[in-house]
Amino acid sequence: MNALQTFFAMGGYGAYVWPAYAVFFIVLIVDNIAPRLRRRRVLRELRARIARQSSRQDRVRQDRANSNSIPTQPSP
Amino acid sequence: MSSWIPLWLHKLGSPPTFYRFAGTLRPWAMAMALLFGAIALYGGLVLAPADYQQGDAYRIIFIHVPSAWMSMFIYAVMGVAAFIALVWRIKLAEVVAMESAPIGAAFTFITLVTGSLWGKPMWGTWWTWDARLTSELVLLFLYLGVIGLYHAFEDRRQGARAAAFLAIIGIINVPIVHFSVNWWNTLHQGSTINVFGQSKISWDMLWPLLSMMLATKFYYVASLFRRVRTDLLALEGGKDWVRKIAESEAGQ
Repeated sequence: MNALQTFFAMGGYGAYVWPAYAVFFIVLIVDNIAPRLRRRRVLRELRARIARQSSRQDRVRQDRANSNSIPTQPSP
Repeated sequence: MSSWIPLWLHKLGSPPTFYRFAGTLRPWAMAMALLFGAIALYGGLVLAPADYQQGDAYRIIFIHVPSAWMSMFIYAVMGVAAFIALVWRIKLAEVVAMESAPIGAAFTFITLVTGSLWGKPMWGTWWTWDARLTSELVLLFLYLGVIGLYHAFEDRRQGARAAAFLAIIGIINVPIVHFSVNWWNTLHQGSTINVFGQSKISWDMLWPLLSMMLATKFYYVASLFRRVRTDLLALEGGKDWVRKIAESEAGQ
């Protein structure tokens, strides 16, 4: 058995040691990825909200310029 | 209240200031976590000798024990933040408490699973209902309870207040976990590391353990800051400073 095989065998306990380390890393990687995805979603929603608000303001301004009456179509 | 809290602390409590502060510190904390983690892995898996009783199976200690420490440490932080949030209604404390819960739950889960993988070859069983194991499982349920209660309310701040109560009540479990090996007869071995007095471990095995302890502490800071920053953006959605961040190209 070469040195690398000896290392991975862990004195016969490899079947317990390596899954333990795998769980440690997988859980922490998931803990790392989840907030990244959430941040992206939050920013996307914020941008969408800002875009909606600014388009609504544009429409109101346009309506005011076109006539003195309030817009007949309520903005969604 | 402001008379006894220093001004800089007061400023740090304001969401935009903390957002910037956390953004600057987070990459450094993550770098330190990776550095100390890598050193600990090399020391623990390669350099440290096998245990005279447990052979190489004991090497699970290098992730099991630091994770167990973090499961209690994070609960303590969460409890203190929850208390501050309930008493002084500081939004940042609320966010810190609520965003600590998933990280704490992750470390508690790791502790239970790695402990089980260690228990099978050493004790001959994956699980036993003894004091240490059961109280750690209760800790996991407390974390899950806090997370669940937080998300059960339509209004996030109302949810945070309810979950903060549960977090504070649950603090009682932390000393129970810690002292369970002394208070009751248990299959679980006693403390290896003593802050006051002699530790029952050789230096070759101790330094990778301490290095991993530092790595998990830094990891918690990095993960918490990332989560808190996202939460602040969501909570302060209508404010000008958030608007600027959302509109900037990268959203950093």
